[in-house]
Amino acid sequence: MSANTPTDLPVVSDRLAKNAMRHASERVIEALLFSAAAVSVLTTIGIVYVLVSESIHFFQNVSIVDFLTDTQWTPLFDDAHFGIMVLVSGTLVSSAVALTLAIPMGTIIAIYLSEFANGKVREVAKPILELLGGIPTIVFGYFALLMVTPLLQKIFPELPGFSLLSAGLVMGIMIVPYIASLSEDAMRAVPMSLREGSYAMGSTRLHTALHVVVPAAFSGLAASYILAISRAVGETMILAVAAGMQPNLTWNPMEPAATITSFIVQVALGDLPHGSIGYQTIFAAGLTLILITLAFNILGQWLRRRFRENY
Amino acid sequence: MQPTSLTTEQIRALIAKGKLKDAIFKAMGIFCLAVALLVIVLLVSDMVAKGSERFTLDFFLNFASRRATQAGILSAWVGSLLVMLVTALAAVPLGVAAGVYLEEYAKRNWLTEIIEINITNLAAVPSIVYGLLALGIFVYTFGFGQSILSAGLTLALLILPIIIVSTREAIRAIPAMIREGSMAVGATRWQTCRYHIIPYAMPGILTGVIIGLARAIGETAPIITIGALTFIAFLPPVPFTEVSEGVNAGLFDWVMSPFTVMPIQIFNWTSRPDPAFEVNAAAAGFVLMAMVLTMNGIAIYLRYKMRKNIKW
Repeated sequence: MSANTPTDLPVVSDRLAKNAMRHASERVIEALLFSAAAVSVLTTIGIVYVLVSESIHFFQNVSIVDFLTDTQWTPLFDDAHFGIMVLVSGTLVSSAVALTLAIPMGTIIAIYLSEFANGKVREVAKPILELLGGIPTIVFGYFALLMVTPLLQKIFPELPGFSLLSAGLVMGIMIVPYIASLSEDAMRAVPMSLREGSYAMGSTRLHTALHVVVPAAFSGLAASYILAISRAVGETMILAVAAGMQPNLTWNPMEPAATITSFIVQVALGDLPHGSIGYQTIFAAGLTLILITLAFNILGQWLRRRFRENY
Repeated sequence: MQPTSLTTEQIRALIAKGKLKDAIFKAMGIFCLAVALLVIVLLVSDMVAKGSERFTLDFFLNFASRRATQAGILSAWVGSLLVMLVTALAAVPLGVAAGVYLEEYAKRNWLTEIIEINITNLAAVPSIVYGLLALGIFVYTFGFGQSILSAGLTLALLILPIIIVSTREAIRAIPAMIREGSMAVGATRWQTCRYHIIPYAMPGILTGVIIGLARAIGETAPIITIGALTFIAFLPPVPFTEVSEGVNAGLFDWVMSPFTVMPIQIFNWTSRPDPAFEVNAAAAGFVLMAMVLTMNGIAIYLRYKMRKNIKW
């Protein structure tokens, strides 16, 4: 195209107009992309709104003091009691069982993969862990009820058919991949010079791993443990299948008990009219669940800040 | 400790002790990995052993039934497939758009920061809470009812963080020179994204989408919470076929249909006292595992290929 001749003037103005159009369509596209990103914020607002608004209705009928101190949980009976501690105990006991298994096992696997294993082992081990982490929780529930419980009953003959112990152990296995992969990432991010310094002074691999790499990666390890706690507290199907659904205020993992999550499932399986007190109960339970998760996450943030190492 | 006081033998003993500890720890690491592998093997082999007698065509073509031997998973696998379709249609465009926005458009300001922190936190929200959100918003406020649409949208929100994060990682791996080259020849920001960034990031995005869908297809809790039924003996209406006297189903009627999905069917069979249903649960569990593990396997393979092939 030749330029600077009078006949080209309309062409130029056409191109300017096209340019302006391009600006406009770019704006529209940017706005669309932004609104897609904003959906995640809307999701959070939606969660908070639903949980809080239904819980407000709930607490108009039930006093907060009763909610926190009552030792019975019978929301669907005529003689209704709303002691959330009954469900919280089940959640905490099963999570404790799961974490007692998952934290040592996950950490050992992470240290092994990051400090001991060679590339070939890693290449095989990481996909295995990923597959384990991808197994649906309902399948783990089946595994807990029909394989792990009978196995445990051979060791502890008095163990009932539903127990927090077997559900918790399987939950632990489920969580191992999360801890292992996040912790390994954190440890591999520790600079090589730290390890070299340690080896140069004559440390063994294990000594270097436990006394140099682990402390240096501690904030990352803490983050992985916090995620593991969130998973354990929020896990639903394994508990609904293998831990029984009777509310039971207990700290003994050998007993069956309902948790916050399995209670929500139990209620949802029945037919509850919208707006009834039973319907509102599951939102109050959900709010409690979110607050417990939030508390652990704040603790985790604090731990990370407290122990963050910079290189 | 005074090093000078150590004899050669003592030093050798110390070294041997250190090496022994190393070896013990190595063995522990291998043992823990073996336990993980053992769990997968045990699970799959138990399901195959128990469920093998149900692996017939009838099992895939029968509806749920009160008699264990005649019960099948037809409504469950069709339901799972349709819910996944809705989930993918909603989550993939949203997730990719959000990822592109955050990497290519967003300015470093407080708004971006809020969105980023928010996505991280959403990934840690228990899945059952998404079910409560959907029960309050989709089922009652929007009036979608206990339908395929509600379930699909719920799972879409659940896997959105996974897709956003993998899109961002894939985009971040594209070097700046690609963008500079594109803009130097006069492409706008969106043209750069449309013709360069998104195509080059496609394998990474695809991996994230597959992992997200594999997670969604196994999710049970949120779908139970929105009130999916456990006993469904019919299929959603096929578009343009006659559903009742003189009435044809519309193109999108199926999205409002009641449904059940594979995990709920397994849950239902697992929680029945009659052991005959255990066999069904095992067989259906194996089918679900096969779906999920295949999807994860494809994702792992894709990532492996990608790492080998891409050289900028």
